[in-house]
Amino acid sequence: MMTFFLSSVSLLMATGLAALFSRKGSLIAVAGCILAAILGLIPVLASLFTSAAFTLRIGWNVPFGAFSLEIDPLSAFFLLPVFLLSPLAALYGQAYLQNQGGHAKSWFFWNSLVASMAVLVAARNAVLFLVAWEIMSLCSFFLVVCEHRHAESRRAGWIYLVSTHLGTAFIVALFLLLGNSAHSFDFNEFIRSGIVSSPAATLLFFLSVVGFGTKAGFVPFHVWLPEAHPAAPSHVSALMSGVMIKMGIYGLVRTLTFFNAYPFSWAAVLIAVGALSGILGVLFAIAQHDVKRLLAYHSVENIGIITLGLGTGLLGTSLQLPFVAVIGFAGGLLHVLNHAVFKSLLFLGAGAVALRAGPRDMDRLGGLLKRMPRTGIAFFIGAAAIAGVPPLNGFVSELLIFYAGFDGIVAGSVPVVAATVAAVAALGLIGGLAVACFTKVFGIVFLGEPRSREAEQAHEADALMTVPMLVLASLCGIIALASPLILRVFKGILPGLTHLSAAECSFRLDRAAHTLEGFLAAAAAVIVMATALVWARRRLLSGRSQTVVVTWDCGYVKPSASMQYTSSSFAQPLVDLFGSILRTHKHLEAPAGHFPSIGSMRTHTADIFRRLLFDPLFAAVQHALIMGHFLQHGRIHLYVLYIALTLLILLAVKLQ
Amino acid sequence: MIPVTTQMALLRLAAAFVLAPLLFGVINRTQALFAGRKGPPLLQMYFDIAKLMRKGTVISRTTTWVFRLGPIVGLSCVATGCLLVPFAGLPAPISFPGDFVVLVALLALMRFFTVSAALDTGSSFEGMGASREVQFSALAEPALLVSFAVLARQTSALSLSEMFGQVSVIFWQQAAPSFILVLAALFIVFLAENARIPFDDPNTHLELTMVHEVMVLDHGGPDLGFILYGSALKMWILGALIVNIVIPIHEISVWPDIFLFIVGMLLLAVAVGVVESVMARLRLLHVPQLLVGAVGLAILALMLMLGA
Repeated sequence: MMTFFLSSVSLLMATGLAALFSRKGSLIAVAGCILAAILGLIPVLASLFTSAAFTLRIGWNVPFGAFSLEIDPLSAFFLLPVFLLSPLAALYGQAYLQNQGGHAKSWFFWNSLVASMAVLVAARNAVLFLVAWEIMSLCSFFLVVCEHRHAESRRAGWIYLVSTHLGTAFIVALFLLLGNSAHSFDFNEFIRSGIVSSPAATLLFFLSVVGFGTKAGFVPFHVWLPEAHPAAPSHVSALMSGVMIKMGIYGLVRTLTFFNAYPFSWAAVLIAVGALSGILGVLFAIAQHDVKRLLAYHSVENIGIITLGLGTGLLGTSLQLPFVAVIGFAGGLLHVLNHAVFKSLLFLGAGAVALRAGPRDMDRLGGLLKRMPRTGIAFFIGAAAIAGVPPLNGFVSELLIFYAGFDGIVAGSVPVVAATVAAVAALGLIGGLAVACFTKVFGIVFLGEPRSREAEQAHEADALMTVPMLVLASLCGIIALASPLILRVFKGILPGLTHLSAAECSFRLDRAAHTLEGFLAAAAAVIVMATALVWARRRLLSGRSQTVVVTWDCGYVKPSASMQYTSSSFAQPLVDLFGSILRTHKHLEAPAGHFPSIGSMRTHTADIFRRLLFDPLFAAVQHALIMGHFLQHGRIHLYVLYIALTLLILLAVKLQ
Repeated sequence: MIPVTTQMALLRLAAAFVLAPLLFGVINRTQALFAGRKGPPLLQMYFDIAKLMRKGTVISRTTTWVFRLGPIVGLSCVATGCLLVPFAGLPAPISFPGDFVVLVALLALMRFFTVSAALDTGSSFEGMGASREVQFSALAEPALLVSFAVLARQTSALSLSEMFGQVSVIFWQQAAPSFILVLAALFIVFLAENARIPFDDPNTHLELTMVHEVMVLDHGGPDLGFILYGSALKMWILGALIVNIVIPIHEISVWPDIFLFIVGMLLLAVAVGVVESVMARLRLLHVPQLLVGAVGLAILALMLMLGA
């Protein structure tokens, strides 16, 4: 089985290299990516369905390192989005980049990114994990700055590079501490050394939340997301937001398996972080005008939902509520897969819109559903899925988290009830706001009349771009339909997290599957009734007058597209309601005089965490570092002197 | 799914589908009584729906399939909701742990389609209504969920049928204060979700002030009929949640149960009529405060219950 995995990774690397040197390289790389994904899916599916673990150990001459790989069900579950989405996004990207003028060399970084994520998830040695982590971060950096001619892309890449390395610093510290206590950098040794909850363990937990949370996009470490995603090409955003940020979640979950027990406070922290990320993510999303920036904030929101699920699971484990533990973790993890599917779908859709219609500002789009029908329907399904409405997959994972939360409310003691009610109320608010946000995106971009000439002249994207979107859209429905079956794969994953036996887990999962079946019955009822009503409507209207006229406009003589509601006006009540958090800037130029001619209003919502937390912080750091400026002269002989001095000091230390 | 005596379940379901539009008649009559008018006939909504079903349509050339699907999906959602909510003591036809979350989500799906259909016309009036609707519902959703949390905690049940099956006189004696607070929260959500005063005035014809009615300005004929019937069913479902708590007497025998339940629903409609007669619509800026208040009431109810 590991042969398949290794050949998948080597195929990715080899075809990636071909992209650097060959003229037809991009085609080879994309074909390699697709083939590698098929090869990679074999051990992944085998592990998921049989709950088996496949291991491989090769000698590796790196101090403390070992090329030790293992695909257990947890790794397999996180490998699933890697191998499922990368070929679809690559197909799309091939067509997308051709329209943008090539960037053939970027496929080297694409394939290396996919390969590094695969190795990262399978790695069982901290050094190997960190090497893969670093390759992943660097490759994604090069993909973000793909369009490096724009200053905006370079700035976004810089912010991403800095924040990802700050996160990595915490992860390095985490693994050093773990390795020190286990006397090995092997993950299995971490588990065997049996870290019990203590102040030291809490420090480890804190390091992993900050370190992995930076990659995943926990508030307030999310600041790189809304910069990097709009700058990157759409298929790269899809892979980064759909798959790469989940590596942060994987890291956190993998770290959790190292501990023997979890204190209640950890669960409370995760629920608080999840609620904060979820609510602030969706609020900032509502205030945005740029589709891709909005989607980036929605990744923060969905990471929040995932964290709420993990926090609920942790709560159940720490206070011996097995049902809450099993279903909470299952809901959180299932949302990882779901978010990967619909978020990449939405990014691909946003890319198709940007390519064919031009402006990224929603207020200059509109009426695209008629011009891009296939992109439109795929985007509609993605929007409904991410808004968490039935019968699509986004709702299924939220239903599980809700179920775990309500079970905690019924069965738990007072602190449990407080934590779970907070989770349930937050999830409810997030759901309501997500509906607001995605009716806005779909309604303003795809419905109504076009608000600019570019939008008016838009036409459908190439088949290579629409087919991956339609595949992802159908996955949104298929995952929901198959959800009672998908729950079974968790019986191999959850014992390590909940400290319950596989039988105990699968007993609880069966109860949850019962609820999902009930939900599917209700969903089937909706679909049957809607079909019947469509038929009834057609029968009723056959032979009657069906007039098509302009939209009712109060008898106004000359309606124009600019009279429509825009995304800013649609969001205004919510933006005002949460104005104290969002701090939206309004630039209003009011019409004046008896014959007013011109008037305009612009709103801009900057990230408060960047403005109030990181900007001052980095300014202070820079200020402090400038004091060391006198060491830098730009004279080479002085630098050589520094090196010689350093070596002397090291020698002196060593000789002592 | 809990097996039920099919006949009785169908009977209660049929009562919901038949009687729901009557609630609007009762509300309008109550208002007329307060205003000293004669008011429209009790069955006016039935006449309206029947007439709309016989008409053709006029639709905007801006619209797409989303506009035509809006009323259809909306009606299917609330009709499915009727299958989830127990009426008059008997378990609902579809019942499973966590079904109330699905009920809330069905209302969200209905909203998703209604709002999308409104935006499909490109009319700024409908954009205005849509924008307000999503704002108010986003706040009503947590209020509804926390209210369910109180009921779940008190009855140790995770499905609507078990929850309302256990609400009894004894429960009222144990936790009357929290039940009253939950009822208040649910009533606020009921008024907001059904677009009644003080949240929305269904009778005004000034589009600038409306929420729900303005979203359906461009719908006509059978589409509008579906929307009207859908809003009647939605009122029936959300009303049933309240009446199921207020009248906790079950299983006296079937007919008195059903009779009591229907009387309860009609009294709820009278209460709505009274509220509409004695209150003005709130300023739009104050609506969110009332809804946040409803969340607060529900949380307070939970705290009282935990403290007891």
